[in-house]
Amino acid sequence: MDKNRKVHQFKNPVLNWIEFRLPIISYFKKEYGDYPMPKNCNYFWSFGALATITLVTMIVSGIFLAMNYTPHTDMAFDSVERIMRDVNYGWLMRYIHSNGAAFFFIIVYIHIVRAMYFGSYKYPRELNWILGVFIFLLMMATSFLGYTLPWGQMSYWGATVITNLFSAIPFIGEGLKTWLLGDYNVGNATLNRFFALHYVLPFVIFGVVGLHVAAVHVHGSNNPDGIDIKTNNDSVNFFPYMLIKDTVAMCAFGVAISAVIFFGPNLMAEVDNYIPADPLVTPAHIVPNWYLAPFYAILRAVPDKLGGVLLMFGAIVILFVLPWLDRSKVRSCNYRPIYKWFMMGFFVNFFALGYVGMLPAEGLYLLIARVGLLYYFGFFFIITPFVGWIEKPSKLPLSISDVYAKNITPNIGGGEKGMPAPAMQKDTNL
Amino acid sequence: MAKKPKNKRRDFLQLSTVTLGAVGTAAFIWPFLKSMSPAEDTLAAGSTEVDISAIEEGQSITIKWRGKPVFIKKRTKEEIDAAKMVQASDLRDPQDDADRVQKEEWLVLVGVCTHLGCVPLGQKVSDMKGEYDGWYCPCHGSHYDTSGRIRKGPAPKNLDVPPYSFLNDNTIKIG
Repeated sequence: MDKNRKVHQFKNPVLNWIEFRLPIISYFKKEYGDYPMPKNCNYFWSFGALATITLVTMIVSGIFLAMNYTPHTDMAFDSVERIMRDVNYGWLMRYIHSNGAAFFFIIVYIHIVRAMYFGSYKYPRELNWILGVFIFLLMMATSFLGYTLPWGQMSYWGATVITNLFSAIPFIGEGLKTWLLGDYNVGNATLNRFFALHYVLPFVIFGVVGLHVAAVHVHGSNNPDGIDIKTNNDSVNFFPYMLIKDTVAMCAFGVAISAVIFFGPNLMAEVDNYIPADPLVTPAHIVPNWYLAPFYAILRAVPDKLGGVLLMFGAIVILFVLPWLDRSKVRSCNYRPIYKWFMMGFFVNFFALGYVGMLPAEGLYLLIARVGLLYYFGFFFIITPFVGWIEKPSKLPLSISDVYAKNITPNIGGGEKGMPAPAMQKDTNL
Repeated sequence: MAKKPKNKRRDFLQLSTVTLGAVGTAAFIWPFLKSMSPAEDTLAAGSTEVDISAIEEGQSITIKWRGKPVFIKKRTKEEIDAAKMVQASDLRDPQDDADRVQKEEWLVLVGVCTHLGCVPLGQKVSDMKGEYDGWYCPCHGSHYDTSGRIRKGPAPKNLDVPPYSFLNDNTIKIG
């Protein structure tokens, strides 16, 4: 042990007693009190905090739902209906949980868009990005498992279709699928293990989130200009500035999610999932949850079973290597006049894929899905490396303070979301 | 060089420790993995006997066997001819109609699309039957012919024929 360790001194003797034995107070002070945030961060930087809050909300509401849920094929559907009708505030728990899942994905998608547009995945935050993609994968797995639990028609057939993806793997596919299901088709064994895994995976996510946050705190947060903090003038302390800002974001988020929970709790639900699971009748349209629809569209765009499955999983795996596909040293797309538009095109394309993923795979929709598929992979494999090579980035500001120093002239057009920075960036783009 | 025998002994100890540890870990993990495979009672799910005397020509029934739907169809003359006319070599999953039936008017199929496991339409008169007048999977648009063979769409294989036997003219035993 390090005998020379300097123990932080507080006024409160209880805190000193704890600090001497476990330096957790100085840790929190360092990581969440004095932690320097770039002062130009806009509200896009609040979505990490929002995602953490949502994860905790999902875990809490999930634990209370589990107290009344029965993971058996004969009773699961009825136990969920009992939660809705008889359990005190059961309806609220369930609507918080089901809509919370959808909002969790909205928040995480915005968080990913932020990271992509402002180049947060680049040196030295590549590992942070990789951990983030892991969290995204775990979230998709968890939401799929959870969607099976109410044991409605969509639950059953969604589970059937997704587990059948594994049967596309040559030679071992069928055996692997049977092993995953514990039966030859989705049945009681499947429901039981899906419940067990749905309960435990969020805690795994929580652990990876811990690493994700720890990793970002090593080099500090990125910012809309994508340049590093150089002096104290470039940053503000997390407490109170960012805490207050995140709190404002949280209030806005609370209003949005409450509006849905109380006034449109089934807006994002599928009607067919209020019909108990029937293994002999497939619903006319099997629709995935909207937040998985872009990947479902990719699956269906390929007229070959194995090819579709490979491209669908490939669409996620490709994210892991994005930091190495992008050759440009400039982080923020605000200073990348060409790549910026391809990046926005990528977001629009992803949205379009999600839209057609919810519709039948035929005619024009199928064509859109195929064009979208080409752009999705083209963006990563061709556009991203190539543009980084030919593009001449705009001149970066010398420092974060410099962004504001030049912005003394009246702010024409006004800053986005109350921040002067974006208007400023328009100037530097010229 | 005097050190070499000693190093060899250490290498041996290290290697054997790691190997034994790996074998031990694998032996410990195996029961956990194996416990996820279908249990004995699931495997023992037996056979089903079906009375087919009431099925008219052109009619089809759905029964449940091992949790899956099984289609039993009494085919019409036209349907049999259509199935026989096809050259097996032109198909994605080449198979002659004769290899898929025991008596040519009776077609027995596992009613699970070989793409992603949906139940194809075509059992009811009002159902869509697809371009080859057999079955049509609504999930991702696979078309099956009157022998249950894949003709169009993403599915890679023909509809499975389950093991079955005719106990007498009116009874089929599936499984």
